[in-house]
Amino acid sequence: MRSLTTSRGRLAAIAAGLLLLLMFPQFEQDFYTELVTRTMILAIFAISLDLLLGYTGLISFGHAAWFGIGGYVLALLGTQYQVTNSLWLTLPAAIAVTALASFVVGLFVLRTRGMFFIMVTLAFAQIFYYLFHDVKSLGGSSDGLNLRGKPSTAINGWTPFDLTETATLYYFVLALMVAVLVFMAALLRSPLGRALQGIRENEHRMAAIGFPVLRYKLAAFTLAGSIAGLAGYLYAVLGGGVNPELLSWHQSADVLLMVILGGMGQLLGGVVGAFSFVLLQELTSTFTKDWHLWLGIVIVLLVLFLPDGMISIAARVKALVRRSRA
Amino acid sequence: MTGEVLLSTVGLSRRFGGLRANDNISLELRRGQVHALLGPNGAGKSTLINLLSGDIPVSSGKVLYRGEDITALAPHERSRIGIGRSYQKTNIFPGFTVQENCRLAAQSREPRGTRIFSDAAAYRPYLVVVEEALDRTGLSDVAHRRASELSHGQQRQLELAIMLCTSPKVLLLDEPLAGMGHEESLRMIELLRGLVASHAILLVEHDMDAVFSIADVVTVMVNGVVLQTGTPQQIRASSEVQNAYLGSEGEVSHV
Repeated sequence: MRSLTTSRGRLAAIAAGLLLLLMFPQFEQDFYTELVTRTMILAIFAISLDLLLGYTGLISFGHAAWFGIGGYVLALLGTQYQVTNSLWLTLPAAIAVTALASFVVGLFVLRTRGMFFIMVTLAFAQIFYYLFHDVKSLGGSSDGLNLRGKPSTAINGWTPFDLTETATLYYFVLALMVAVLVFMAALLRSPLGRALQGIRENEHRMAAIGFPVLRYKLAAFTLAGSIAGLAGYLYAVLGGGVNPELLSWHQSADVLLMVILGGMGQLLGGVVGAFSFVLLQELTSTFTKDWHLWLGIVIVLLVLFLPDGMISIAARVKALVRRSRA
Repeated sequence: MTGEVLLSTVGLSRRFGGLRANDNISLELRRGQVHALLGPNGAGKSTLINLLSGDIPVSSGKVLYRGEDITALAPHERSRIGIGRSYQKTNIFPGFTVQENCRLAAQSREPRGTRIFSDAAAYRPYLVVVEEALDRTGLSDVAHRRASELSHGQQRQLELAIMLCTSPKVLLLDEPLAGMGHEESLRMIELLRGLVASHAILLVEHDMDAVFSIADVVTVMVNGVVLQTGTPQQIRASSEVQNAYLGSEGEVSHV
Protein backbone atom coordinates (compact mmCIF):
# COMPACT_ATOMS: atom_id res chain seq x y z
CA MET A 1 0.00 0.00 0.00
CA ARG A 2 2.80 2.33 0.95
CA SER A 3 4.64 1.57 -2.28
CA LEU A 4 1.48 2.48 -4.15
CA THR A 5 1.24 5.87 -2.47
CA THR A 6 4.92 6.62 -2.95
CA SER A 7 4.85 5.62 -6.62
CA ARG A 8 1.70 7.72 -6.96
CA GLY A 9 3.43 10.60 -5.24
CA ARG A 10 6.37 10.21 -7.55
CA LEU A 11 4.16 10.15 -10.63
CA ALA A 12 2.42 13.29 -9.43
CA ALA A 13 5.78 15.01 -8.91
CA ILE A 14 6.94 14.00 -12.39
CA ALA A 15 3.69 15.19 -13.96
CA ALA A 16 3.91 18.52 -12.11
CA GLY A 17 7.55 18.97 -13.13
CA LEU A 18 6.78 18.20 -16.76
CA LEU A 19 3.81 20.58 -16.74
CA LEU A 20 5.97 23.34 -15.29
CA LEU A 21 8.62 22.73 -17.93
CA LEU A 22 5.97 22.79 -20.67
CA MET A 23 4.55 26.10 -19.44
CA PHE A 24 7.82 27.82 -18.64
CA PRO A 25 8.50 29.59 -21.98
CA GLN A 26 5.01 31.14 -21.83
CA PHE A 27 6.36 33.55 -19.21
CA GLU A 28 8.45 35.01 -22.06
CA GLN A 29 11.53 35.61 -19.95
CA ASP A 30 14.11 34.80 -22.63
CA PHE A 31 17.03 34.86 -20.22
CA TYR A 32 15.44 32.26 -17.98
CA THR A 33 14.08 30.24 -20.88
CA GLU A 34 17.63 29.92 -22.18
CA LEU A 35 18.90 29.10 -18.71
CA VAL A 36 16.42 26.23 -18.38
CA THR A 37 17.26 25.09 -21.93
CA ARG A 38 20.93 24.95 -20.92
CA THR A 39 20.01 23.07 -17.75
CA MET A 40 17.99 20.48 -19.68
CA ILE A 41 20.97 19.96 -22.00
CA LEU A 42 23.19 19.42 -18.96
CA ALA A 43 20.54 17.00 -17.67
CA ILE A 44 20.88 14.91 -20.85
CA PHE A 45 24.65 15.01 -20.34
CA ALA A 46 24.29 13.92 -16.70
CA ILE A 47 21.85 11.11 -17.60
CA SER A 48 24.40 9.77 -20.08
CA LEU A 49 27.13 9.73 -17.43
CA ASP A 50 24.81 8.04 -14.96
CA LEU A 51 24.46 5.14 -17.39
CA LEU A 52 28.16 4.52 -16.70
CA LEU A 53 28.42 5.72 -13.12
CA GLY A 54 25.17 4.62 -11.56
CA TYR A 55 24.16 1.67 -13.71
CA THR A 56 27.34 0.02 -14.94
CA GLY A 57 29.67 1.02 -12.11
CA LEU A 58 32.21 2.76 -14.33
CA ILE A 59 33.65 6.00 -12.91
CA SER A 60 34.55 7.95 -16.04
CA PHE A 61 36.43 11.17 -15.46
CA GLY A 62 36.60 12.05 -19.13
CA HIS A 63 32.96 12.21 -20.11
CA ALA A 64 33.28 15.82 -21.36
CA ALA A 65 35.26 14.51 -24.35
CA TRP A 66 32.06 13.14 -25.94
CA PHE A 67 30.15 16.30 -25.03
CA GLY A 68 32.75 18.43 -26.78
CA ILE A 69 33.10 16.20 -29.82
CA GLY A 70 29.32 16.35 -30.37
CA GLY A 71 29.51 20.13 -30.46
CA TYR A 72 32.60 20.24 -32.65
CA VAL A 73 31.00 17.97 -35.27
CA LEU A 74 28.34 20.63 -35.77
CA ALA A 75 30.87 23.48 -35.82
CA LEU A 76 33.14 21.72 -38.32
CA LEU A 77 30.40 20.51 -40.67
CA GLY A 78 28.25 23.62 -40.46
CA THR A 79 30.81 26.41 -40.13
CA GLN A 80 34.47 25.58 -40.70
CA TYR A 81 33.99 23.31 -43.74
CA GLN A 82 30.44 24.40 -44.56
CA VAL A 83 29.47 20.90 -45.68
CA THR A 84 25.93 21.23 -44.42
CA ASN A 85 24.15 23.11 -41.66
CA SER A 86 21.06 20.94 -41.80
CA LEU A 87 19.85 19.66 -38.45
CA TRP A 88 18.81 16.39 -40.10
CA LEU A 89 22.37 15.67 -41.21
CA THR A 90 24.55 17.29 -38.56
CA LEU A 91 22.72 15.83 -35.55
CA PRO A 92 22.96 12.19 -36.69
CA ALA A 93 26.57 12.88 -37.72
CA ALA A 94 27.40 14.22 -34.25
CA ILE A 95 25.88 11.14 -32.61
CA ALA A 96 27.60 8.77 -35.04
CA VAL A 97 31.03 10.37 -34.60
CA THR A 98 30.82 10.36 -30.79
CA ALA A 99 29.60 6.77 -30.89
CA LEU A 100 32.58 5.78 -33.00
CA ALA A 101 35.05 7.77 -30.89
CA SER A 102 33.75 6.39 -27.60
CA PHE A 103 33.72 2.86 -29.04
CA VAL A 104 37.38 3.08 -30.06
CA VAL A 105 38.46 4.69 -26.78
CA GLY A 106 36.35 2.16 -24.87
CA LEU A 107 38.28 -0.69 -26.47
CA PHE A 108 41.36 0.58 -24.63
CA VAL A 109 40.15 2.10 -21.38
CA LEU A 110 37.69 -0.66 -20.44
CA ARG A 111 40.57 -3.07 -19.97
CA THR A 112 41.49 -1.13 -16.86
CA ARG A 113 39.66 -0.96 -13.56
CA GLY A 114 39.10 1.31 -10.58
CA MET A 115 41.63 4.10 -10.13
CA PHE A 116 43.31 3.27 -13.44
CA PHE A 117 40.03 3.58 -15.31
CA ILE A 118 39.47 7.04 -13.81
CA MET A 119 42.96 8.11 -14.86
CA VAL A 120 42.86 6.74 -18.43
CA THR A 121 39.47 8.24 -19.16
CA LEU A 122 40.83 11.57 -17.94
CA ALA A 123 43.94 11.13 -20.08
CA PHE A 124 41.95 10.38 -23.24
CA ALA A 125 39.74 13.41 -22.63
CA GLN A 126 42.87 15.56 -22.30
CA ILE A 127 44.12 14.22 -25.65
CA PHE A 128 40.87 15.30 -27.31
CA TYR A 129 41.05 18.63 -25.48
CA TYR A 130 44.45 19.37 -26.99
CA LEU A 131 43.39 18.17 -30.44
CA PHE A 132 40.63 20.79 -30.50
CA HIS A 133 42.92 23.31 -28.86
CA ASP A 134 45.87 23.00 -31.25
CA VAL A 135 44.97 21.24 -34.51
CA LYS A 136 43.96 23.91 -37.05
CA SER A 137 41.99 21.52 -39.25
CA LEU A 138 39.84 20.70 -36.21
CA GLY A 139 39.14 24.34 -35.53
CA GLY A 140 42.03 24.37 -33.08
CA SER A 141 42.27 27.52 -30.99
CA SER A 142 41.54 28.44 -27.41
CA ASP A 143 38.68 30.67 -28.60
CA GLY A 144 37.00 27.86 -30.49
CA LEU A 145 34.58 28.46 -33.33
CA ASN A 146 31.49 30.63 -33.59
CA LEU A 147 28.66 29.01 -35.50
CA ARG A 148 27.46 30.87 -38.55
CA GLY A 149 23.90 30.20 -37.48
CA LYS A 150 21.58 27.70 -35.87
CA PRO A 151 21.19 24.44 -37.80
CA SER A 152 18.51 24.71 -40.45
CA THR A 153 15.51 22.42 -40.22
CA ALA A 154 14.38 22.90 -43.81
CA ILE A 155 13.32 19.81 -45.76
CA ASN A 156 12.88 20.63 -49.49
CA GLY A 157 12.15 24.23 -48.68
CA TRP A 158 9.64 23.39 -45.96
CA THR A 159 10.67 24.51 -42.47
CA PRO A 160 8.82 22.57 -39.76
CA PHE A 161 10.24 24.66 -36.90
CA ASP A 162 12.82 27.38 -36.36
CA LEU A 163 15.60 26.85 -33.84
CA THR A 164 16.52 30.53 -33.80
CA GLU A 165 13.41 31.15 -31.73
CA THR A 166 14.20 30.81 -28.04
CA ALA A 167 10.98 28.99 -27.20
CA THR A 168 11.25 26.59 -30.14
CA LEU A 169 14.79 25.58 -29.18
CA TYR A 170 13.55 25.15 -25.62
CA TYR A 171 10.80 22.75 -26.67
CA PHE A 172 13.14 20.92 -29.02
CA VAL A 173 15.56 20.30 -26.14
CA LEU A 174 12.73 19.37 -23.76
CA ALA A 175 11.43 16.82 -26.26
CA LEU A 176 14.89 15.30 -26.62
CA MET A 177 15.39 15.17 -22.85
CA VAL A 178 12.09 13.33 -22.46
CA ALA A 179 13.05 11.01 -25.33
CA VAL A 180 16.37 10.23 -23.65
CA LEU A 181 14.58 9.50 -20.37
CA VAL A 182 12.10 7.18 -22.10
CA PHE A 183 14.98 5.47 -23.91
CA MET A 184 16.82 5.00 -20.60
CA ALA A 185 13.73 3.64 -18.87
CA ALA A 186 13.29 1.06 -21.64
CA LEU A 187 16.99 0.22 -21.70
CA LEU A 188 17.21 -0.32 -17.95
CA ARG A 189 14.53 -2.96 -17.86
CA SER A 190 15.74 -4.69 -21.03
CA PRO A 191 18.09 -7.69 -20.87
CA LEU A 192 21.02 -5.42 -21.78
CA GLY A 193 20.17 -2.93 -19.05
CA ARG A 194 19.74 -5.69 -16.48
CA ALA A 195 23.11 -7.12 -17.41
CA LEU A 196 24.79 -3.72 -17.03
CA GLN A 197 23.33 -3.38 -13.54
CA GLY A 198 24.56 -6.89 -12.79
CA ILE A 199 28.06 -5.78 -13.79
CA ARG A 200 27.81 -2.84 -11.39
CA GLU A 201 26.67 -5.17 -8.63
CA ASN A 202 29.18 -8.00 -9.14
CA GLU A 203 31.31 -8.00 -12.26
CA HIS A 204 33.18 -11.17 -11.36
CA ARG A 205 30.04 -13.24 -10.95
CA MET A 206 28.62 -11.88 -14.19
CA ALA A 207 31.60 -13.34 -16.04
CA ALA A 208 31.26 -16.59 -14.11
CA ILE A 209 27.65 -17.03 -15.23
CA GLY A 210 28.59 -16.48 -18.85
CA PHE A 211 28.33 -12.78 -19.65
CA PRO A 212 31.06 -11.32 -21.88
CA VAL A 213 31.53 -8.42 -19.47
CA LEU A 214 33.90 -6.40 -21.65
CA ARG A 215 31.46 -6.35 -24.56
CA TYR A 216 28.62 -5.24 -22.33
CA LYS A 217 30.73 -2.46 -20.85
CA LEU A 218 31.72 -1.38 -24.34
CA ALA A 219 28.06 -1.17 -25.32
CA ALA A 220 27.35 1.01 -22.28
CA PHE A 221 30.40 3.19 -22.91
CA THR A 222 29.43 3.74 -26.55
CA LEU A 223 25.78 4.47 -25.73
CA ALA A 224 26.73 6.89 -22.97
CA GLY A 225 29.22 8.59 -25.30
CA SER A 226 26.61 9.00 -28.03
CA ILE A 227 24.05 10.53 -25.68
CA ALA A 228 26.72 12.89 -24.31
CA GLY A 229 27.49 13.77 -27.94
CA LEU A 230 23.82 14.66 -28.45
CA ALA A 231 23.98 16.91 -25.37
CA GLY A 232 27.16 18.59 -26.63
CA TYR A 233 25.58 19.19 -30.02
CA LEU A 234 22.60 20.90 -28.39
CA TYR A 235 24.93 22.90 -26.14
CA ALA A 236 26.74 24.23 -29.22
CA VAL A 237 23.42 25.12 -30.88
CA LEU A 238 22.26 26.98 -27.79
CA GLY A 239 25.54 28.79 -27.16
CA GLY A 240 26.14 29.54 -30.84
CA GLY A 241 29.69 28.20 -30.69
CA VAL A 242 32.18 25.70 -29.36
CA ASN A 243 35.50 25.94 -27.59
CA PRO A 244 37.95 23.46 -26.13
CA GLU A 245 36.65 24.14 -22.61
CA LEU A 246 33.65 21.96 -23.49
CA LEU A 247 36.07 19.02 -23.28
CA SER A 248 38.01 20.22 -20.27
CA TRP A 249 38.34 18.19 -17.12
CA HIS A 250 36.36 20.86 -15.27
CA GLN A 251 33.43 19.97 -17.45
CA SER A 252 33.93 16.27 -16.68
CA ALA A 253 34.04 17.10 -12.96
CA ASP A 254 30.91 19.28 -13.14
CA VAL A 255 28.85 16.53 -14.73
CA LEU A 256 30.12 14.03 -12.14
CA LEU A 257 28.97 16.44 -9.44
CA MET A 258 25.56 16.76 -11.09
CA VAL A 259 25.06 13.00 -11.07
CA ILE A 260 26.22 12.70 -7.45
CA LEU A 261 24.07 15.66 -6.40
CA GLY A 262 20.98 14.30 -8.08
CA GLY A 263 21.42 10.69 -7.08
CA MET A 264 23.41 7.97 -8.83
CA GLY A 265 21.57 5.10 -10.43
CA GLN A 266 18.25 6.97 -10.37
CA LEU A 267 16.50 7.54 -13.67
CA LEU A 268 15.65 11.15 -12.80
CA GLY A 269 18.84 11.71 -10.81
CA GLY A 270 20.55 13.39 -13.75
CA VAL A 271 17.67 15.83 -14.22
CA VAL A 272 17.42 16.67 -10.52
CA GLY A 273 21.22 16.95 -10.37
CA ALA A 274 21.51 19.31 -13.33
CA PHE A 275 18.75 21.58 -12.02
CA SER A 276 20.19 21.59 -8.49
CA PHE A 277 23.67 22.32 -9.82
CA VAL A 278 22.60 25.23 -12.01
CA LEU A 279 20.33 26.60 -9.29
CA LEU A 280 23.15 26.44 -6.73
CA GLN A 281 25.49 28.08 -9.20
CA GLU A 282 23.03 30.89 -9.95
CA LEU A 283 22.09 31.44 -6.31
CA THR A 284 25.64 31.54 -4.96
CA SER A 285 26.94 33.68 -7.81
CA THR A 286 24.34 36.40 -7.16
CA PHE A 287 25.68 37.30 -3.72
CA THR A 288 29.38 36.45 -3.92
CA LYS A 289 32.05 36.33 -6.55
CA ASP A 290 33.69 33.45 -4.69
CA TRP A 291 30.75 31.34 -5.73
CA HIS A 292 32.92 28.31 -6.48
CA LEU A 293 33.88 28.15 -2.81
CA TRP A 294 30.26 28.26 -1.64
CA LEU A 295 29.17 25.81 -4.28
CA GLY A 296 31.87 23.44 -3.04
CA ILE A 297 30.77 23.77 0.57
CA VAL A 298 27.13 23.19 -0.29
CA ILE A 299 28.03 20.12 -2.32
CA VAL A 300 30.15 18.67 0.49
CA LEU A 301 27.27 19.18 2.95
CA LEU A 302 24.72 17.67 0.59
CA VAL A 303 26.85 14.63 -0.11
CA LEU A 304 27.46 14.16 3.63
CA PHE A 305 23.83 14.48 4.67
CA LEU A 306 22.06 13.26 1.54
CA PRO A 307 24.33 10.49 0.25
CA ASP A 308 21.59 9.24 -2.09
CA GLY A 309 21.30 12.65 -3.73
CA MET A 310 18.67 15.36 -3.92
CA ILE A 311 16.19 12.90 -5.37
CA SER A 312 16.03 11.19 -1.95
CA ILE A 313 14.85 14.37 -0.21
CA ALA A 314 11.17 13.40 -0.38
CA ALA A 315 11.84 10.01 1.20
CA ARG A 316 14.06 11.61 3.88
CA VAL A 317 11.45 14.18 4.83
CA LYS A 318 8.77 11.53 4.97
CA ALA A 319 10.92 9.39 7.25
CA LEU A 320 11.54 12.37 9.55
CA VAL A 321 7.84 13.18 9.76
CA ARG A 322 7.02 9.57 10.54
CA ARG A 323 9.67 9.46 13.27
CA SER A 324 8.47 12.67 14.92
CA ARG A 325 4.91 11.33 14.99
CA ALA A 326 5.96 8.07 16.56
CA MET B 1 31.61 -45.85 -14.07
CA THR B 2 30.25 -45.80 -17.58
CA GLY B 3 29.11 -42.18 -17.78
CA GLU B 4 30.61 -39.99 -20.48
CA VAL B 5 33.73 -38.04 -19.49
CA LEU B 6 32.64 -34.39 -19.59
CA LEU B 7 35.58 -32.56 -18.08
CA SER B 8 39.13 -33.79 -17.74
CA THR B 9 42.60 -32.45 -17.13
CA VAL B 10 45.97 -33.58 -18.40
CA GLY B 11 49.09 -32.68 -16.42
CA LEU B 12 47.49 -29.53 -15.09
CA SER B 13 49.88 -27.32 -13.13
CA ARG B 14 49.77 -23.90 -11.55
CA ARG B 15 52.67 -22.17 -9.86
CA PHE B 16 52.45 -19.03 -7.76
CA GLY B 17 56.06 -17.88 -7.76
CA GLY B 18 57.96 -20.82 -6.32
CA LEU B 19 54.86 -22.46 -4.88
CA ARG B 20 53.42 -25.39 -6.81
CA ALA B 21 49.78 -24.90 -5.93
CA ASN B 22 48.76 -27.58 -8.44
CA ASP B 23 51.32 -29.99 -9.82
CA ASN B 24 50.59 -32.33 -12.71
CA ILE B 25 46.93 -32.99 -11.90
CA SER B 26 45.08 -35.41 -14.15
CA LEU B 27 41.49 -36.30 -13.42
CA GLU B 28 38.23 -37.11 -15.16
CA LEU B 29 34.74 -35.95 -14.28
CA ARG B 30 32.01 -38.22 -15.62
CA ARG B 31 28.33 -37.65 -16.05
CA GLY B 32 26.47 -39.51 -13.33
CA GLN B 33 29.27 -39.27 -10.78
CA VAL B 34 29.95 -37.15 -7.74
CA HIS B 35 33.69 -36.77 -7.68
CA ALA B 36 34.79 -35.54 -4.26
CA LEU B 37 38.02 -33.66 -3.77
CA LEU B 38 39.56 -33.95 -0.31
CA GLY B 39 42.66 -32.50 1.22
CA PRO B 40 43.86 -30.30 4.04
CA ASN B 41 43.77 -26.51 3.74
CA GLY B 42 46.31 -25.36 1.20
CA ALA B 43 46.25 -28.66 -0.69
CA GLY B 44 45.25 -26.82 -3.87
CA LYS B 45 41.56 -27.74 -4.10
CA SER B 46 40.27 -24.24 -4.73
CA THR B 47 43.13 -23.56 -7.12
CA LEU B 48 42.09 -26.60 -9.12
CA ILE B 49 38.49 -25.38 -9.31
CA ASN B 50 39.74 -21.96 -10.41
CA LEU B 51 41.82 -23.59 -13.15
CA LEU B 52 38.83 -25.61 -14.32
CA SER B 53 36.49 -22.60 -14.38
CA GLY B 54 39.11 -20.35 -15.99
CA ASP B 55 39.22 -17.87 -13.11
CA ILE B 56 42.99 -18.23 -13.08
CA PRO B 57 45.19 -19.24 -16.04
CA VAL B 58 47.14 -22.49 -15.99
CA SER B 59 50.96 -22.62 -15.91
CA SER B 60 51.02 -25.80 -17.96
CA GLY B 61 48.80 -28.73 -18.89
CA LYS B 62 45.37 -28.86 -20.45
CA VAL B 63 41.71 -28.70 -19.55
CA LEU B 64 39.44 -30.71 -21.86
CA TYR B 65 35.67 -30.52 -22.21
CA ARG B 66 34.25 -33.56 -23.99
CA GLY B 67 37.70 -34.10 -25.41
CA GLU B 68 38.11 -30.58 -26.73
CA ASP B 69 40.91 -28.38 -25.44
CA ILE B 70 39.34 -25.44 -23.58
CA THR B 71 42.47 -24.31 -21.74
CA ALA B 72 42.45 -20.96 -23.54
CA LEU B 73 38.77 -20.15 -22.94
CA ALA B 74 37.79 -17.26 -20.66
CA PRO B 75 35.50 -17.92 -17.66
CA HIS B 76 32.39 -16.61 -19.45
CA GLU B 77 33.07 -18.86 -22.44
CA ARG B 78 33.46 -21.90 -20.18
CA SER B 79 30.18 -21.01 -18.50
CA ARG B 80 28.45 -20.83 -21.86
CA ILE B 81 29.56 -24.33 -22.93
CA GLY B 82 28.15 -25.82 -19.74
CA ILE B 83 30.64 -25.53 -16.90
CA GLY B 84 29.02 -24.06 -13.81
CA ARG B 85 30.73 -23.24 -10.56
CA SER B 86 29.86 -22.11 -7.09
CA TYR B 87 32.17 -20.18 -4.82
CA GLN B 88 33.56 -20.94 -1.40
CA LYS B 89 33.06 -17.31 -0.43
CA THR B 90 29.49 -16.37 -1.29
CA ASN B 91 29.56 -14.50 -4.59
CA ILE B 92 26.08 -13.19 -5.32
CA PHE B 93 24.39 -9.92 -6.36
CA PRO B 94 23.66 -8.56 -2.88
CA GLY B 95 21.56 -5.55 -3.93
CA PHE B 96 19.19 -7.56 -6.14
CA THR B 97 16.25 -9.73 -5.15
CA VAL B 98 16.79 -13.47 -4.97
CA GLN B 99 14.70 -13.80 -8.10
CA GLU B 100 16.74 -11.21 -10.01
CA ASN B 101 19.97 -12.98 -8.98
CA CYS B 102 18.67 -16.13 -10.65
CA ARG B 103 16.95 -14.37 -13.53
CA LEU B 104 20.23 -12.80 -14.63
CA ALA B 105 21.86 -16.22 -14.62
CA ALA B 106 19.02 -17.61 -16.75
CA GLN B 107 19.28 -14.63 -19.09
CA SER B 108 22.96 -15.45 -19.69
CA ARG B 109 21.89 -18.50 -21.73
CA GLU B 110 20.22 -16.28 -24.30
CA PRO B 111 21.84 -15.85 -27.70
CA ARG B 112 23.38 -12.39 -27.75
CA GLY B 113 21.75 -9.36 -29.32
CA THR B 114 18.18 -10.59 -29.19
CA ARG B 115 15.22 -8.93 -27.55
CA ILE B 116 16.95 -5.60 -27.07
CA PHE B 117 14.01 -3.50 -25.96
CA SER B 118 11.73 -5.76 -24.03
CA ASP B 119 11.02 -6.15 -20.35
CA ALA B 120 13.52 -8.74 -19.20
CA ALA B 121 11.73 -9.36 -15.91
CA ALA B 122 8.49 -10.38 -17.65
CA TYR B 123 10.04 -12.89 -20.04
CA ARG B 124 8.48 -16.30 -19.26
CA PRO B 125 11.28 -18.65 -20.37
CA TYR B 126 13.69 -17.09 -17.83
CA LEU B 127 11.12 -17.26 -15.08
CA VAL B 128 10.42 -20.94 -15.59
CA VAL B 129 14.11 -21.76 -15.11
CA VAL B 130 14.27 -19.47 -12.08
CA GLU B 131 11.19 -20.97 -10.43
CA GLU B 132 12.59 -24.46 -10.78
CA ALA B 133 15.97 -23.51 -9.32
CA LEU B 134 14.39 -21.65 -6.39
CA ASP B 135 12.12 -24.60 -5.74
CA ARG B 136 15.00 -27.07 -5.82
CA THR B 137 17.17 -25.02 -3.48
CA GLY B 138 14.28 -24.19 -1.15
CA LEU B 139 14.31 -20.44 -1.73
CA SER B 140 10.83 -19.98 -3.24
CA ASP B 141 9.52 -18.28 -0.11
CA VAL B 142 12.20 -15.60 -0.16
CA ALA B 143 12.20 -15.01 -3.94
CA HIS B 144 11.36 -11.33 -3.55
CA ARG B 145 13.72 -10.54 -0.68
CA ARG B 146 16.97 -8.72 -1.28
CA ALA B 147 19.85 -11.18 -1.39
CA SER B 148 21.78 -9.16 1.20
CA GLU B 149 18.95 -9.71 3.72
CA LEU B 150 19.17 -13.51 3.56
CA SER B 151 20.75 -15.63 6.26
CA HIS B 152 24.21 -16.98 5.54
CA GLY B 153 22.82 -20.45 4.86
CA GLN B 154 20.25 -19.06 2.45
CA GLN B 155 22.94 -17.10 0.63
CA ARG B 156 24.83 -20.38 0.22
CA GLN B 157 21.69 -21.89 -1.30
CA LEU B 158 21.34 -18.89 -3.58
CA GLU B 159 24.95 -19.40 -4.64
CA LEU B 160 23.90 -22.81 -5.99
CA ALA B 161 20.59 -21.57 -7.39
CA ILE B 162 22.42 -18.97 -9.52
CA MET B 163 24.66 -21.66 -10.92
CA LEU B 164 21.73 -24.00 -11.64
CA CYS B 165 20.01 -21.27 -13.66
CA THR B 166 22.85 -21.35 -16.17
CA SER B 167 21.84 -24.98 -16.95
CA PRO B 168 25.36 -26.37 -16.58
CA LYS B 169 26.42 -29.93 -17.43
CA VAL B 170 29.42 -29.89 -15.11
CA LEU B 171 29.08 -28.56 -11.56
CA LEU B 172 32.20 -27.38 -9.77
CA LEU B 173 31.17 -26.93 -6.15
CA ASP B 174 33.58 -25.26 -3.76
CA GLU B 175 32.43 -26.13 -0.23
CA PRO B 176 28.70 -25.74 -0.94
CA LEU B 177 27.75 -26.87 2.57
CA ALA B 178 30.06 -24.51 4.47
CA GLY B 179 28.00 -22.42 6.88
CA MET B 180 24.77 -24.30 6.26
CA GLY B 181 22.65 -25.63 9.07
CA HIS B 182 21.98 -29.37 9.41
CA GLU B 183 18.58 -29.22 7.71
CA GLU B 184 19.92 -27.10 4.87
CA SER B 185 22.87 -29.48 4.40
CA LEU B 186 20.58 -32.48 4.16
CA ARG B 187 18.42 -30.69 1.63
CA MET B 188 21.50 -29.78 -0.42
CA ILE B 189 22.77 -33.36 -0.40
CA GLU B 190 19.37 -34.54 -1.59
CA LEU B 191 19.52 -31.90 -4.31
CA LEU B 192 22.94 -33.13 -5.47
CA ARG B 193 21.67 -36.74 -5.46
CA GLY B 194 18.87 -35.61 -7.76
CA LEU B 195 21.24 -33.81 -10.08
CA VAL B 196 23.97 -36.38 -10.42
CA ALA B 197 22.28 -38.60 -13.02
CA SER B 198 22.43 -35.87 -15.63
CA HIS B 199 25.52 -33.96 -14.47
CA ALA B 200 29.17 -34.41 -13.66
CA ILE B 201 29.84 -33.02 -10.19
CA LEU B 202 33.14 -32.05 -8.60
CA LEU B 203 32.63 -31.54 -4.89
CA VAL B 204 35.13 -29.88 -2.57
CA GLU B 205 33.77 -30.31 0.93
CA HIS B 206 35.03 -30.60 4.49
CA ASP B 207 31.95 -32.33 5.83
CA MET B 208 33.26 -35.92 5.72
CA ASP B 209 29.92 -37.54 6.48
CA ALA B 210 28.40 -35.73 3.54
CA VAL B 211 31.31 -36.57 1.26
CA PHE B 212 31.34 -40.26 2.04
CA SER B 213 27.56 -40.50 1.82
CA ILE B 214 27.35 -39.08 -1.67
CA ALA B 215 30.69 -39.48 -3.47
CA ASP B 216 31.20 -42.09 -6.18
CA VAL B 217 34.88 -41.26 -6.61
CA VAL B 218 37.22 -39.56 -4.17
CA THR B 219 40.47 -37.82 -5.00
CA VAL B 220 42.77 -36.85 -2.16
CA MET B 221 45.16 -33.95 -2.71
CA VAL B 222 48.10 -32.98 -0.54
CA ASN B 223 50.51 -30.11 -1.24
CA GLY B 224 49.25 -29.58 -4.77
CA VAL B 225 49.55 -33.18 -5.95
CA VAL B 226 47.05 -36.01 -6.20
CA LEU B 227 47.81 -38.51 -3.49
CA GLN B 228 45.22 -41.07 -4.49
CA THR B 229 41.99 -41.49 -6.44
CA GLY B 230 39.53 -44.28 -5.73
CA THR B 231 36.15 -45.32 -4.44
CA PRO B 232 35.16 -44.07 -0.97
CA GLN B 233 35.89 -47.56 0.41
CA GLN B 234 39.38 -47.61 -1.12
CA ILE B 235 40.12 -44.15 0.23
CA ARG B 236 38.90 -45.02 3.72
CA ALA B 237 41.03 -48.15 3.70
CA SER B 238 44.16 -46.58 2.25
CA SER B 239 46.97 -46.39 4.75
CA GLU B 240 48.69 -43.77 2.62
CA VAL B 241 45.70 -41.43 2.90
CA GLN B 242 45.36 -42.22 6.58
CA ASN B 243 48.93 -41.19 7.23
CA ALA B 244 48.98 -38.12 5.05
CA TYR B 245 45.65 -36.62 5.77
CA LEU B 246 42.82 -38.37 7.48
CA GLY B 247 44.71 -39.28 10.65
CA SER B 248 43.02 -41.80 12.90
CA GLU B 249 39.49 -42.95 12.12
CA GLY B 250 38.27 -41.10 15.20
CA GLU B 251 39.38 -37.77 13.81
CA VAL B 252 37.72 -38.26 10.46
CA SER B 253 34.21 -37.70 11.69
CA HIS B 254 34.83 -34.23 12.98
CA VAL B 255 37.33 -32.83 10.52
